[in-house]
Amino acid sequence: MKTKQILAASAIAAMSVAASNAAQADELTLCWAAWDPANALVELSKEFEAQSGHTMKFEFVPWPNFADRMLNELNSGGKLCDLLIGDSQWIGGGAENGHYVKLNDFFDKEGISMDDFAPATVYAYSTWPKGSPNYYALPAMGDANGWFYRKDWFEKPEIQAAYKEATGQDLREPQTQKELLQIAQFFQEREIDGQKRYGAAIFTERGSEGITMGATGAMYAWGFKYENTPGKYDMEGAVNSPEAVEGLEFYKELYKTATPPGYTDSYMEQSLDAFKSGQVAMAMNWFAFFPGLYADPDTGGDKIGFFVNPGQNIEASTLGGQGISVVAYSDKQDAALEYIKWFAQPDVQAKWWSLGGYSCHNSVLNDPGFKDSQPFAADFLQAMGSVQDFWQEPAYAELLLAMQKRLHDYVVADVGTAQEALDKLIEDWTETFEDEGKL
Amino acid sequence: MPGTIADRVAQATPPHLAGRIKGFSDRTIAWIFVAPTIFLLLAVNIFPLIWTINLSFTNFRANRPNREVDYIGLRNYERILTDSDIWLTMQATAHFLFWTLFFQVVIGFTLAWLINRKFKGNDLWTTIIVLPMMLSPAVVGNFWTFLYQPQIGLFNYLVAFLTGVDPSSFQMIGDVVLAPWAIVIVDTWMWTPFVMLICLAGLRSIPDYIYEAAEIDRASKWRQFWTITVPMVLPFLMLAVLFRGIENFKMFDLVVQLTGGGPGSVTELTSINLKREAFEKWRTGYASAYAIILFVTVFGLASIYVKALNKVKER
Repeated sequence: MKTKQILAASAIAAMSVAASNAAQADELTLCWAAWDPANALVELSKEFEAQSGHTMKFEFVPWPNFADRMLNELNSGGKLCDLLIGDSQWIGGGAENGHYVKLNDFFDKEGISMDDFAPATVYAYSTWPKGSPNYYALPAMGDANGWFYRKDWFEKPEIQAAYKEATGQDLREPQTQKELLQIAQFFQEREIDGQKRYGAAIFTERGSEGITMGATGAMYAWGFKYENTPGKYDMEGAVNSPEAVEGLEFYKELYKTATPPGYTDSYMEQSLDAFKSGQVAMAMNWFAFFPGLYADPDTGGDKIGFFVNPGQNIEASTLGGQGISVVAYSDKQDAALEYIKWFAQPDVQAKWWSLGGYSCHNSVLNDPGFKDSQPFAADFLQAMGSVQDFWQEPAYAELLLAMQKRLHDYVVADVGTAQEALDKLIEDWTETFEDEGKL
Repeated sequence: MPGTIADRVAQATPPHLAGRIKGFSDRTIAWIFVAPTIFLLLAVNIFPLIWTINLSFTNFRANRPNREVDYIGLRNYERILTDSDIWLTMQATAHFLFWTLFFQVVIGFTLAWLINRKFKGNDLWTTIIVLPMMLSPAVVGNFWTFLYQPQIGLFNYLVAFLTGVDPSSFQMIGDVVLAPWAIVIVDTWMWTPFVMLICLAGLRSIPDYIYEAAEIDRASKWRQFWTITVPMVLPFLMLAVLFRGIENFKMFDLVVQLTGGGPGSVTELTSINLKREAFEKWRTGYASAYAIILFVTVFGLASIYVKALNKVKER
């Protein structure tokens, strides 16, 4: 009789636990861009589903439409996303317009410390106003713009000899922007294995953010800055400094003399296609793609090499990457916070890196074996040490579109000079900041 | 069945309904029937228009619902009309509009005239010619980007084959000079069949006896063409121009897919520019003023044109 009672009590208890779990189980929608790391996150999140009982749904939007689609969603107070891995530049708008939940109290309650994450990523992906201890996202995906090249071509003795003859230097991974240009020009229209090849695939896309992300890689290296004094919006002499002008002129020369024909509106996909199809010797793209590139059966493995964006006057790389935020319009904020708590754990972060995501957690990045864990890991660490990002202001979209226009007009459409392009850019930005009441 | 249609409708009307509306005047009943349509028109067309006009005098931004909205008078209008970049997009639109209409009218009318001559396979050719306009503009934009590809594109290859130039030596959508023509070519390819169909309808509406009378009067074919064919097809042609003109003034999808407004901004038509201002930069007040300016422009030009069309019809 006693055994029967115990069994009955156990059954009731089990049923009530199951019932309570079922009542709390939510279906969470996580929104992000459609790219390689998103697939890794789907794989990673299965563990969260198993542990929490929640189910995960994913809304991945291709990069060219990602900002448009997601910012429209946020601006309309949409409930599509419970969690959003939004671009770093959205943090200002997300915070000031009330799209993102402020996470400070949650972090304090759950013992999540921002000191556990790389400082550059916390600054770029989580804080608003910049550098303040107000957190609106957890650093989720570290990223920067880097380079990859055809190592097998670089190692061919006949190509090395031809390069030496043409330049008097050894062919190697470029150490400066000017060396990069020299190598790209060397490969331009050169016949290798019976086919005509080109120098480099770079970003020239007009519609979203492409040419800005590409050109700033060169401009930062020359010394381009957004403001003379951070937070003062004093752009004259910074945005259009002689160094910035030189950097922009360099990017135009790279575009005009060392890219494949018709390369006028190219971004991530086009860069990957150009490289994988054997068109170019070098290509720029985000580190996020590097695991997939290395694994490529045709152009990966021994045939590919990676290098960080070369410096010129200074070492600098364009920042990519994103933080993960809880959307303020979500009805499932508790479950969404649960996901963030789970994601912040060191062992989950380690698995995230092993699956192809770029963890920003110190336990992963400071691991002695990290640099050798992937052929591009050391470059990633180096790049993240000198990243620079675009404006993260609430009016970022307007600021970005102005730069897209001015750069594309100058670099691709041959309108005016670099000096004029940057002078006009200051006019555009000044108008925006005046509208914003910041000037 | 005896009586007129009205008698039969009156007989078929249920007595209780007839009784219920008995107390209303004809005018009231007419209003009752028209009211839903008017309400819908007000809600869908008139209210948004008035609201847009209202917003055009403000600094409202749809992505900043919490920000205070200020009335800034005609500042938005002043900014737009003095902005050299906006005038460049207007020029790009005018170039696109003029040349697409020109080519579509010339080629469309020529095709219609040829198709109208009875020959074997006439129907098959008509079907083949109208195929492009059945496609989605987004699809057309996309596949023409491949056709224009300098290294593998069929268009470049064809030009190279005919002229002997290197196919990768020119870029239709990447060159500042060629890109405006690239979008003209694609729109002409897609929409010439539309103009052709309307012209064909006009040509087929000309009675044969007019030509027979002209033949008796010993009028030459050339004279018949200019004094019979052209004047009688002209109202149809003008209608086609009106439709295509309005459509092309607000052209968006095809050009976005094809060039994205580039290189630089040489193919950034007003509708693309307006979309960027409204839904990418979120300058709602500014974009409202921009939309009103475009609306007034199209409405004004279309009104003048319709008057001219009516005059041609009356002749």
